Amino acid sequence: MTNALPQSLIDNPRLDQWIAFAEGGRVRLATGKVEIGQGVLTALAQIAGDELDVAVERFVLVSGETPASPAEGFTSGSNSIAVSGAAIRLVCAEVRELFLRHVAEQLACALGDLTIADGRFRRGGRDTGDDYWSLCHAVDLARPATGSAVIKQPSDYSLVAHSLPRLDLPAKITGAAFIHDIAPDDVLHARMLRRPWRGARLVALDETAVRRAAGAPIDVLREGDLVAFTADQEIAVMRASAAARAAAVWDGGAPPPADAGDTDWLMRQPARDRVVDTGSGEGAAGNRVVEATYSRRFLTYGSIGPSCALAEFRDGALKVWTHSQGVFALRQWLARTLDLPPERISVFHRQGAGCYGHNSADDAAFDAAFVATRVAGRTVRVQWTREDEFTAAPLGAAMAVKLRAVLDADMRPADWTIEIWSPVHAQRPGMNGTANLLGAEALRRAAPPPERIDDVPDAAGGGATRNAQALYDLPHHRLVHHLLADVPVRTSSLRGLGAYANVFAIESFMDELAELAGEDPVAYRLSLLSDPRARRVIETAAEMASRADATRAGRAQGLGFARYKNRAAYMAAMAEVEVNEEVRLTRVWAAVDAGLVINPDGAANQIEGGIIQAASWALKEQVRFADGQVAATTWNGYPILRFSEVPEIDIRFIAAPHEAPLGLGEAAIGPTAAAIGNAVARALGVRLRDLPLTRDRIMMTLLREDGPVTGRSP
Amino acid sequence: MTAIEFILNGRPVHVDTDSTKPLLSVLREDLGLRGSRFGCGLEQCGACMVLIDGEPAYSCARAIEMLAGRTVITVEGLSRDGALHPLQQAFLEEQAGQCGYCVSGILISAAALLERTAKPSRAEVAAALDRHLCRCGVHNRIIRAVQRAGAVMAARK
Repeated sequence: MTNALPQSLIDNPRLDQWIAFAEGGRVRLATGKVEIGQGVLTALAQIAGDELDVAVERFVLVSGETPASPAEGFTSGSNSIAVSGAAIRLVCAEVRELFLRHVAEQLACALGDLTIADGRFRRGGRDTGDDYWSLCHAVDLARPATGSAVIKQPSDYSLVAHSLPRLDLPAKITGAAFIHDIAPDDVLHARMLRRPWRGARLVALDETAVRRAAGAPIDVLREGDLVAFTADQEIAVMRASAAARAAAVWDGGAPPPADAGDTDWLMRQPARDRVVDTGSGEGAAGNRVVEATYSRRFLTYGSIGPSCALAEFRDGALKVWTHSQGVFALRQWLARTLDLPPERISVFHRQGAGCYGHNSADDAAFDAAFVATRVAGRTVRVQWTREDEFTAAPLGAAMAVKLRAVLDADMRPADWTIEIWSPVHAQRPGMNGTANLLGAEALRRAAPPPERIDDVPDAAGGGATRNAQALYDLPHHRLVHHLLADVPVRTSSLRGLGAYANVFAIESFMDELAELAGEDPVAYRLSLLSDPRARRVIETAAEMASRADATRAGRAQGLGFARYKNRAAYMAAMAEVEVNEEVRLTRVWAAVDAGLVINPDGAANQIEGGIIQAASWALKEQVRFADGQVAATTWNGYPILRFSEVPEIDIRFIAAPHEAPLGLGEAAIGPTAAAIGNAVARALGVRLRDLPLTRDRIMMTLLREDGPVTGRSP
Repeated sequence: MTAIEFILNGRPVHVDTDSTKPLLSVLREDLGLRGSRFGCGLEQCGACMVLIDGEPAYSCARAIEMLAGRTVITVEGLSRDGALHPLQQAFLEEQAGQCGYCVSGILISAAALLERTAKPSRAEVAAALDRHLCRCGVHNRIIRAVQRAGAVMAARK
């Protein structure tokens, strides 16, 4: 039997691109995927260890290094286990089989007589004296993977499906472990001056004031509208960049207006429209029609550590250290924007603070690389300021989502339309044929913006359209996508992309329809859901929550469900809230079906984190604009959920060890937001359709008290 | 340049530096202790938390000249003779981290809490850590880890 090759293996077919047996009984495991706080390296080592039969401690991970790692695109979209994991599984199974065949030939014995224990070959249970390392010169791994080796069955796993502790955590709780902590002797510190908005031109910079504020000698490097301050002492450039914000005068460009992100604003923007019909039939004339519009605002990533990068330019070769999610794309676009041949650039991933989407990591890498090419011979270290993280990093896109259902006689949707207004959800380096690197855009010789901007295609999971298609049994489904391609806000991928608003809207709407039908929201959903795995998570979450005391005044529960991207993990969440003037999220129960789970505790950690992050977004977060810029420049202006506000969380995974692993890192976002929205609606007796569900919104909605718009179809 | 002397992780240190430089910069740059992290530089996130005379304090905006003669403990000072502090051990046992960037500061506030309150409730831990931001959503694991460490330390006494 031959296994279908995952894309990563088609792109990087040679076995030795992935696995090598190194001195000291080590196994070099190379992956294009990178650790961004999600525990992926531990999970990949578990898969490799099981297929090779070696202890996980033997692995040396080579992750996201352009000279040495397989090119696997971006670490994004909850794809790493499904794609890189699948490749590593096939590669390791094949390597194991090649070695076993070699040993069988040498010993003239049957393959079935051989086993492997922590890398040592045994025949009939007795050590043969050989191991992977003693035979590694006899077995040639410089050959393409065929996918033909037999992979292990779940009953044979000793690492996969077990909760191994994270390999990277010990270093992170004792001392230096991050890219921020790399401190070469020849370091030259740099800070950048960022444009206030896209297209702004630098008219004047009071360098005297900046130098005075620095308190120590600095150099000022200026090309076009890009300015860098450099010094031997980091404190000098920190002070310089803080002073420079007030010392710079800008002109032109496209500052975003104060209402950017509001539903009315979104619906006013020029759009490229697209209609996708699925199924057939329309509701009969005279049937009941229900409509409601939901929305989310722009959101920021808010990594606790600001972006950081190092770069060194020596003898025409550029080395860059970065916490980018895509080192190969970054290398290619550094080459284009800095006019260097790509083969002269090496990009090395080093771990940064948590990454919840396309943040400013690539921009920081460009900044460091740019300065390094101007100050050859020094290792340049750039760190972003907290203020720039708020005002210059990409934002998660605001969205308006309008749902319309024509109901049949049983109050089930016969005709369903989802209409979405949204800027694009992905502008990573290379997308739309452009660099998408902030510093490069500020150079006067920068390439013009692309004529056409596209969002993530539906086939790749969609951007604004991610989870736009409800998983319910709907006879006719229409998607209307208004792609807002020309907005003065730099948007890109934030955890879950469009799923956050779409699942919130769809699941809120389902509760509204159930209420109109006078039915229980769980029963109403199940009557429209034939996928057994979907039914199971909903039933499980409802059962978990049913034991809680929901009788207290102002307390209520709500349900949210989705299968992420309609092809990754299934999750149903039940949220319990108490609402007075503000929403207090007290409990969340979650049921998840992620197929085979590589590391159950790691998976639970991702789901818990997703729940808390989604709760923070849904209850508190929105980016507002003032004077053409993001209004909040510090955490005080952009509150996130704190320790005293986090709910207690119970998670249950549906056992499905014979199903393929399903990506789960982003699975919790939509269902959690929806569950909170439905719980709040039930507690208040009126529905809030605009995220976040803040105190102000509650007060406004209580005064307005509007139900969904209902009528009769013509 | 000013000469400043203080006690760092149990040992006297002497630095000659710009007296207005923040303690965090001195720790990371002058003294090479990089476990305390820069998060915001504005005393708003807690990633830079250290103990000053036993009390949790932000180090990112506090001028080094204020530290003369004081006692400072950083995350590097929590472990003794290479052995992890019970809090660090408990964080590993609970896998209380995702990216880990906020953890060193949180360990510091948690250590101060357990000095005062041997077996804190969930609400007490949350209150003691409320100045700390965690973006990955590891709060519940962190609370459990602090309670676990408290129980271990109380049992040893």
